[in-house]
Amino acid sequence: MKALDRPAALRAGRPPIRIHRVGVSEPILEIDRVVKRFDDFTAVDGVSFGVHAGEVVGLLGVNGAGKTTLMNMILGLITPTEGAVRAFGLDLRHHRLDILRRTNFCTTYAALPGNLKVRHNLEIFARLYGVRDPKRKVAGLLELLEIEKLADKPTGQLSAGESTRVNLAKALLNDPELLLLDEPTASLDPDIADKVRKLVRRVQRERSPAILYTSHNMRDITEVCDRVLFLHEGKILASGTADEIVRHFDQPDLETVFIQIARSGDLEGRANAETELVPPP
Amino acid sequence: MNFSVIAALITRYVLLYTRNPMRLFELFFWPVVQLLVWGFVTISLQQQGGAEFPKYISFLIGAIILWDALFRSQQAVAISFLEDVWTRNLLNIFAAPVRMTDYLAAAFGVGLLRVAITAVLLAGIAAAAYAFNLLQFQAALIGWYANLMLFGWALGILSIALIVRWGHGAESLAWAIPFMVQPFAAVFYPVATLPGWMQWIALSLPPSHVFEGMRGVLAGKPFDWSHLLLAFALNGVYLALSGALFARTLASARERGLLVKVSSS
Repeated sequence: MKALDRPAALRAGRPPIRIHRVGVSEPILEIDRVVKRFDDFTAVDGVSFGVHAGEVVGLLGVNGAGKTTLMNMILGLITPTEGAVRAFGLDLRHHRLDILRRTNFCTTYAALPGNLKVRHNLEIFARLYGVRDPKRKVAGLLELLEIEKLADKPTGQLSAGESTRVNLAKALLNDPELLLLDEPTASLDPDIADKVRKLVRRVQRERSPAILYTSHNMRDITEVCDRVLFLHEGKILASGTADEIVRHFDQPDLETVFIQIARSGDLEGRANAETELVPPP
Repeated sequence: MNFSVIAALITRYVLLYTRNPMRLFELFFWPVVQLLVWGFVTISLQQQGGAEFPKYISFLIGAIILWDALFRSQQAVAISFLEDVWTRNLLNIFAAPVRMTDYLAAAFGVGLLRVAITAVLLAGIAAAAYAFNLLQFQAALIGWYANLMLFGWALGILSIALIVRWGHGAESLAWAIPFMVQPFAAVFYPVATLPGWMQWIALSLPPSHVFEGMRGVLAGKPFDWSHLLLAFALNGVYLALSGALFARTLASARERGLLVKVSSS
C-alpha cells in the first residue's frame, strides 16, 4: 500500500493504532485523508484506508462515529470536504458513474418500492446497473438467497429478514467488485443474521469483491471481517483483526472494547505494549 | 442518454401506477371533476347570459383541457421524485449508475404518458358533454401541448430542487407551484384583463402565449405563429434555468448531506 494507508490523523497529533496490514496489491477502494465537515461538526476527520479485492473490512464504531457518512461518501451521496475517494484507481469526483457501475450496496436506510413485486424491483435495478439478462440474473440470485418464493410478493409485505435478503439480492445484481454493506444484520433474528453472514462469506469466497461492512453486531465483525477499523469521533482509533484489537486494548472481547470506547471515548491508557503500533512504510 | 435506463425507470413508474388503484384514481378523478364542474357552471351562466356566451364556454373548456397538460407534466416530474422519497428508494437510485438527465428524462416520459391519457379522456368528455371538438385546433394543438408540457417539466424540475433543498417541508410546494403561476398565465381570461404589472409577468410566461393563441383561434382569428414561437423561446430559457438550478442544488445537497437526509427521513 502507498501513502494512502499512512494515517492522516497523524497530522492531528494522534496516530491511529495500526496492528495489521493485508496484501500488497493496489486496493479496490482507497480512502485518502478524507474529511467531512457539516458546518461546525466534523463527521469524518482525516480518514485513510484501503480495501483490497477479496477482503472484508469492518467499520466499527458507536452511533455518530462517521461510518455511514463514510459509506455515503463512497457512494457519491455526500461530497468530502477534503481528501479523495478512489475506486478501481478512478477518482470518484470525476468518475462517479464508472465507479457506481462496478459497485453496489445494501443499507437499512434505503428500501425498495413496497408496491412492486420483489421480482419487478430487482429486474428494474438490474436494468439500471446494465445487467445483460435481468430475468435470469434475478432468478439466480433469488435461488442463491433462498427467497424464490418471495418473487411475486409485494416488497412492502416482507418481514425484516426477507427485506434484508432482497436488499442483498439487489446489492449483488451487478456482481460488484466493491460491495458496501451498512448494518446488513440490523433487526434480524439470530438465524437470519447467521445466514446473512454465511452469505457474505460465500460471496467473498466465490466472487472476491472488496467488501466494506459496518455493523453494531460484534459477532458479525468477528465472523465476517478480515480486518476491523475502529472509528471514533470521525477518526480511525485502531485497525487490525478483531483478535488483535481485543489484545491491544487488553479487554476480554470486542464488545467490551466497543462499550469502553463508547463510554470513555478512549482506551489509549489501557493499550497493551506487546501489540504496539506497526509503523507505516 | 441511456435509453435502457430511461425505459427501466418508466417501466417502474408504470408498474407503480398500475399496482396502486389510488394512483390511477388520482390520475383521472381531478381533471374529470374540474371539467364537469366548470363546464356546467359555464353552461348555467350561458343560459342566463346573452349571445356572446357560447364563445366563453369554448374558451373555458379549451383552457381546462390545456391547463391539465401543464399541471400533469409538472406533477409527473415532482411526484416521480417524491415517489422515491416516500418509498425510501432515493438512496438506491442516487447511488446507482443513473445520470440525473436520464432520471429526469424518465420523469418527462411519465408526464407524456399521463398527459396523453388524460387528454384523450378530457377530449372525449368535452365532446360528449359540451360538443367541444379539441381537434378543431389541428396542428396548432401539437405546438400548444408541447409548450405547456415543456413549461410543466421546468416547474417540475424547480419543485424537485426545492424538495432537495428544504426536504419534506417543501412537499406542499410540489402541488402549489402550478397554481402560483396560474393567475399570471392568463389561462381563463385574456392577458389584457390583468393590471399592467401583471401583464408584464404574464407575457414572460409561455402558457400565456398558448392560451392567448387558443382564444384567438376560437374567436375566429387566424393562427398567430408569433405566440407559439415566443412560447418555445421562453420555454428554452425556463428549462435552462431550472436545469441549472437543479444541478446547483444537487451539488449543494451532496456537500451538505441533504440527499441522505431527504431520503432517510
